[in-house]
Amino acid sequence: MVSLAAPARVGFADKHPTAAFVLRRTGRMIILLLLLLVLSFAMIHLVPGDPVRAELGPRAPVSAIEARRAELGLDQPIPKQFVDYVRGLLTGDLGTSTTSHLPVSEVIAERLPNSAKLAGIAFVVIMLFSLSIGMIAAIVTRNGRHSGTELGFTTTTGFFATVPEFVLGVALVYVFGVELKWFPVAYEPGVAAYVLPVAALSIGSIAALSRIVRVETLDVLGADYMRTARSKRLPARLMYLRHALPNMLTSTLTLGGLLLSGLIGGTVLVENVFAWPGLGTAVVDSVVAQDYALAQAIMVLLGATVLIINLVVDVIIGLIDPRSTIREL
Amino acid sequence: MAQQRGLVRTALRTPTGALALVTVVLLIVLAIVAPMIWGDKATTPNVDHLLEGGSAEHPLGTDNIGRDLLARTLVATRLSLVLSVLIVLVGAGIGVPLGALPTVLGRRSARLTAAITDFALAYPALLLAIFLSVILGAGPTAAVLALGIASAPAFARLTQTLAASVAGSDYVAAAHVLGLSRRRVLFRHVLPNIAEPIILNVTIAIGYALLALSGLSFLGLGVQPPSYDWGQLLTASLNRIYVAPEAALGPCVAIVIAGLAFNGLGEALARAASTRTSYVRSPRRGTAAFTPILPISDDQRVIDDPVLVVEGLTVTFPTGDGSIAPVRGISFSIGNGERIAIVGESGSGKSLTALSLAQLVPHPGTVRADRLEFVGRDLTDGSDPDNVVGTSMAMVFQDTSTSLNPALRIGTQLSEVAEVHGGLRRTEARRRAVDRLREVRLSGPERRLRQFPHELSGGMRQRVMIAVGLMGEPRLIVADEPTSALDVTVQQQILRLLKDIGDDTGASCLLITHDIAVATEMCDRILVMYAGRIVEDIDASRLWEGPTHPYTRALLAAVPDMDTDRDVELASIPGRPPDPADLPPGCAFAPRCAFATDKCREDAPPLLLDKTDSHRVACWHPQQGSVVAHEDDRLESEVG
Repeated sequence: MVSLAAPARVGFADKHPTAAFVLRRTGRMIILLLLLLVLSFAMIHLVPGDPVRAELGPRAPVSAIEARRAELGLDQPIPKQFVDYVRGLLTGDLGTSTTSHLPVSEVIAERLPNSAKLAGIAFVVIMLFSLSIGMIAAIVTRNGRHSGTELGFTTTTGFFATVPEFVLGVALVYVFGVELKWFPVAYEPGVAAYVLPVAALSIGSIAALSRIVRVETLDVLGADYMRTARSKRLPARLMYLRHALPNMLTSTLTLGGLLLSGLIGGTVLVENVFAWPGLGTAVVDSVVAQDYALAQAIMVLLGATVLIINLVVDVIIGLIDPRSTIREL
Repeated sequence: MAQQRGLVRTALRTPTGALALVTVVLLIVLAIVAPMIWGDKATTPNVDHLLEGGSAEHPLGTDNIGRDLLARTLVATRLSLVLSVLIVLVGAGIGVPLGALPTVLGRRSARLTAAITDFALAYPALLLAIFLSVILGAGPTAAVLALGIASAPAFARLTQTLAASVAGSDYVAAAHVLGLSRRRVLFRHVLPNIAEPIILNVTIAIGYALLALSGLSFLGLGVQPPSYDWGQLLTASLNRIYVAPEAALGPCVAIVIAGLAFNGLGEALARAASTRTSYVRSPRRGTAAFTPILPISDDQRVIDDPVLVVEGLTVTFPTGDGSIAPVRGISFSIGNGERIAIVGESGSGKSLTALSLAQLVPHPGTVRADRLEFVGRDLTDGSDPDNVVGTSMAMVFQDTSTSLNPALRIGTQLSEVAEVHGGLRRTEARRRAVDRLREVRLSGPERRLRQFPHELSGGMRQRVMIAVGLMGEPRLIVADEPTSALDVTVQQQILRLLKDIGDDTGASCLLITHDIAVATEMCDRILVMYAGRIVEDIDASRLWEGPTHPYTRALLAAVPDMDTDRDVELASIPGRPPDPADLPPGCAFAPRCAFATDKCREDAPPLLLDKTDSHRVACWHPQQGSVVAHEDDRLESEVG
């Protein structure tokens, strides 16, 4: 690994391995964040043709084009534009959406909570269900017990792990919304509207993750320290929750972190199934409508979220499992 | 290529593998022929049948200009598949070279590539797709490029891992020594050896690409009208799900089936690839494995006040088509405060004997005994209502690095025993833990409670393990090879400690070891096990002059001591221990025994007490006299 932060401070890294680890990871994230900014900035300039001309139409007079260019700062030298762009991002001045004619920051402020709630609830649901389902499946099927249950488990989870969120979403809309009429099929205020989108978003991940949790649990259950725990004749609660669970946390959290960034993609899809007024529908609409300012802002926001999630997960794992930090030094 | 065909054949043997392969083949056929057969029907508008539901003529209904949706779903197979394959080609085309580069580049650039791959792996494909859609305009080109680039890091990572293992191999080193160029090494040596797993992954990747592409098309960022793939058909029908749900059915089913088929085939191929190697390793397939457990009536040594009495203890494991018995009807007892060693080669059943006492034999092994009594409680049927095993039996295992829980502090691992079984409060339990750590002579016991096992050395961990056993009120300490993973100097300390603990607490000890010298130094009595049977049970004090079983005598002759001439090869017993699945009908040692007769080969000898009442041996031809060590042989021959 290239060391990106705190180079040559050997003494510091030796004395505070965890702090050095956090610093290094933060440094790496900042570099990636800069890369993201450059890319999103470049995006506008890489658009073929003249975006201003595209916005104002082929018949707009040159003077109007020039005026609009100046308004957007596009007549400035590129480095100046970049600095202005970053300053705008930091101060919340993200330009104006060309489709809604509202400030981009306003559009985002209105839509972000809806997406965040959806993804957050789905994440909690996924972790709770996949951990418990995977652990129970492992305990039931350990050492080749109940091979029928095992086959049923792997077949069912294999199926649901393959069905993509949007297909599952459409199926849920049809069964529970159209036929049974149990839940609303599109966004409306209230808890009920969350049921189907959360289900569509989480079922596939629960299936995939609980398979992995089962394998991890089987691994842990076969470990020597679990034999020691059995030799102590501990009650099942302590055996599984105290002795087995912490040993699976590192791998489960790693996967959970990957899953969270994956959830961002999934949310975009599911929002579009359920006409959810979140960032996912906004970003797709803005790309299709060539509303660059909005697309750019959402892309930076989603990208930064992924980077921050990865950093947080890395740091949490480093703190929980000090061996992984040490190994890397 | 022949290798590849073998792989497909193995994959086909499983029903899911066969089903997946047939489905994939059908999809490919459909992709080729569907546009020829249903192409007209799928594209011809029909104003008489706009937006219809399912009917005999149009099973899935029609779209907004009256085109048949079933035909369109079938025809869309081609575009969906072709684009998915393109995505994988882009991904593999970028990823494989990127991953193979570090192998042939210098170390610095290798690290850089690896770091870039690491970063890219964490990035969601959808963001990239949005980025490219903005630049290139929403459409299939942007979608294919985006998904291809997004899948490249996974290919790079896979190639990197595989190539690194190949690059470490001797033939690549040899090629470098021979002065072959890096490019040549890559193409001649590295890539051919990693082709198979990469092809496996291509299959799975096509499945993922198909799902991801359908998603993008569903969002309106992939295939654009008038072209259509499954994702685009699904979008078009979603608005009508109230009136004509069957319209959405076609693309949904198609996406799911295709995704399942490609993933299933990839997984079946991967399984076939991994089992192909393990099939070779797995022994005796097809032949029934069965260990004869003869109704041999052994004598039991009669002692007063026994802590443990074991009679007819048998451990069996089911195999594919029979069962093997690594422990076959053994009987022994341990007196109060007595220290007993079970000595034997690996595979003799000594460790399983130890585990079966604490009911720790792993599933699917089963333990049976005519009698199993510990501190006067009957444990024969595996029940333990008073929990005497948890409180009075202390287990010490071999591998100190894995036997303590790496995620829990030493304090927790110690005090929980007293909390659960002794009903002690947390603070009391911790006080006792400190006390026990002091007893096992671990420095700074209070500080140790807050440490994790990985912060301690192997010897210290073994002391902790012994302390865990002392948290209850142990009457028997079962130590399974407690020192074989430790340094020689530490070994002595741990043995000394075990001995002192026994003296201090009055607990009996059962030491499992392969080292007969350790056994005699530590213990009062030695049980020698061979092929799941006790072959000799003898006082440690009498061991050096009076063992009568030829196996015990051979073991003793193999022990080097201070006088051993280092230039002479160690004495070893000719032959190998028998396979528990293939035991001879008579004495298991007969094939290796110099004194074996036909009787030995036909009848298994029972373990019988001799006239001293404290020595048992299972042999038809017990030998007498002191063991003739090998160096004496040599001396004699030199003198002679």
